[in-house]
Amino acid sequence: MPETLARDDVYELKFRDPVKARALTAAIERVLDEIGRDRVSVMHVCGSHEQSIAKFGLRSALPRRLSVIMGPGCPVCVTDMPEVDEAVALALDGKIVATYGDMLKVPGTAMSLAEAEAQGGRVEVVYSASQAIDLARGTDEEVVFFASGFETTAVATAAVVLQEDMPANFSVLSAHKYIPPVMEIVAEMPGTNVEGFLAAGHAATITGSAIFERFVERHGIPVVVAGFEPLDILAGLLKLVELIRDGSAEVANTFPRCVTAEGNRVAQERLWRVFRATGGNWRGIAHVPNGNLRLRDEFAELDARLRFDIDLKPLWGHAPHKLLQSCICGDIMAGVAAPSDCDLFGNECLPGNPVGACMVSNEGTCKIWHQYGGHPEL
Amino acid sequence: MCLGVPGKVVSVDGQVALVDFFGVRRETRLDVIDEAVGPGDYVLNHVGFAIRKIPAGDIQETLSLYEILLREAGGDMMADDVRGEIEASRDAAPEEAARA
Ligand code: SF4
Repeated sequence: MPETLARDDVYELKFRDPVKARALTAAIERVLDEIGRDRVSVMHVCGSHEQSIAKFGLRSALPRRLSVIMGPGCPVCVTDMPEVDEAVALALDGKIVATYGDMLKVPGTAMSLAEAEAQGGRVEVVYSASQAIDLARGTDEEVVFFASGFETTAVATAAVVLQEDMPANFSVLSAHKYIPPVMEIVAEMPGTNVEGFLAAGHAATITGSAIFERFVERHGIPVVVAGFEPLDILAGLLKLVELIRDGSAEVANTFPRCVTAEGNRVAQERLWRVFRATGGNWRGIAHVPNGNLRLRDEFAELDARLRFDIDLKPLWGHAPHKLLQSCICGDIMAGVAAPSDCDLFGNECLPGNPVGACMVSNEGTCKIWHQYGGHPEL
Repeated sequence: MCLGVPGKVVSVDGQVALVDFFGVRRETRLDVIDEAVGPGDYVLNHVGFAIRKIPAGDIQETLSLYEILLREAGGDMMADDVRGEIEASRDAAPEEAARA
């Protein structure tokens, strides 16, 4: 794209513009002065926000009084162990389990999918639900798509499930999660003290920003939808602290170029035609009412949980990783601990040899902090 | 996995669009987008599906982060995620790639 390359410098300037960034952080500082407390805590719920914050060193640019915590924004990290166990059991039972690459090393009760593969299990990495279907078309064997991700990704699974020429050997093991309900849980957790949420722009592209109205009403804390570029995040944070200062619990959208109040209705219609929200555990956090997305009854034939008799008993004989009980990933995602509070962080637990799920995924707080210099707060 | 990567629509065939992602041409599905798209439009793509048409006035701003990420060499994890998103779209047919 030569015509855009020529304008690279302009983009870069606009996007990392130090003058604008400084103006925004100075404005945040002023608002914090007006609030007058020594700590204001806000939470974002998106791995891509954390990547951007860590990569561009935003924490060091922000006033120390503002604590920006990453909540349960990593779908891989919140996939519950029994969900991994189901996929492991299917893989060991000779089904081809197709899944996103991030899921491979996520520990189950007994083992991860990568370990199952080493023991002869069948596991294939795909980048999309469509690729899982292609895999099924190329074989007579059963292909199970172990689907993880929040609503934005669930929409893609839904679209694939609704396609007409579905191969008969394809099924879905859904570990999809739905973000709005977990915000309710985290907002009420003792010890979190979250005074506002920064919501992820692209998830809101689907759901619309109005989805957060009910949350705001119930909990009396503001939600700001923000994009992923450093200036987007700073602008979102400024709006958020302003709302906190004014005591206005409302929804604001600082990412209008991608997000509307009502969202993408076509995508929502597909999503809810295929999935229903049901309660389930989010790893290390809590049982989240309506936090899991499962296939509706009409799609029972495609639901791996109904199609196969998934037997988890053979897995119970295996001992889980002995360090796993020291992992505080759940506390980190609930906003009550940081990776630096974990003794294993950067020692026994590393991206190449992860103990907990937060060190596995590119969206996991521990992995992001590790990749971008250990403790991006400093 | 909540990253969506912008690309420019080259052509549309039913529910599938050929999309140019920073010089890489891939096929993206249009099943869940809520507006009609045609050649020249920019769309936000997530795991192989276009989820939003980017309003004309906002295109440049939306491209900037991704351009910088892709230009930076090495195994940066944000750049990896962007590449993964592009990878999620399928390979365009070889003759299409040749025409590109
Ligand atoms: S560093 Fe590893 S063990 Fe510690 S909380 Fe993070 S993922 Fe868990």
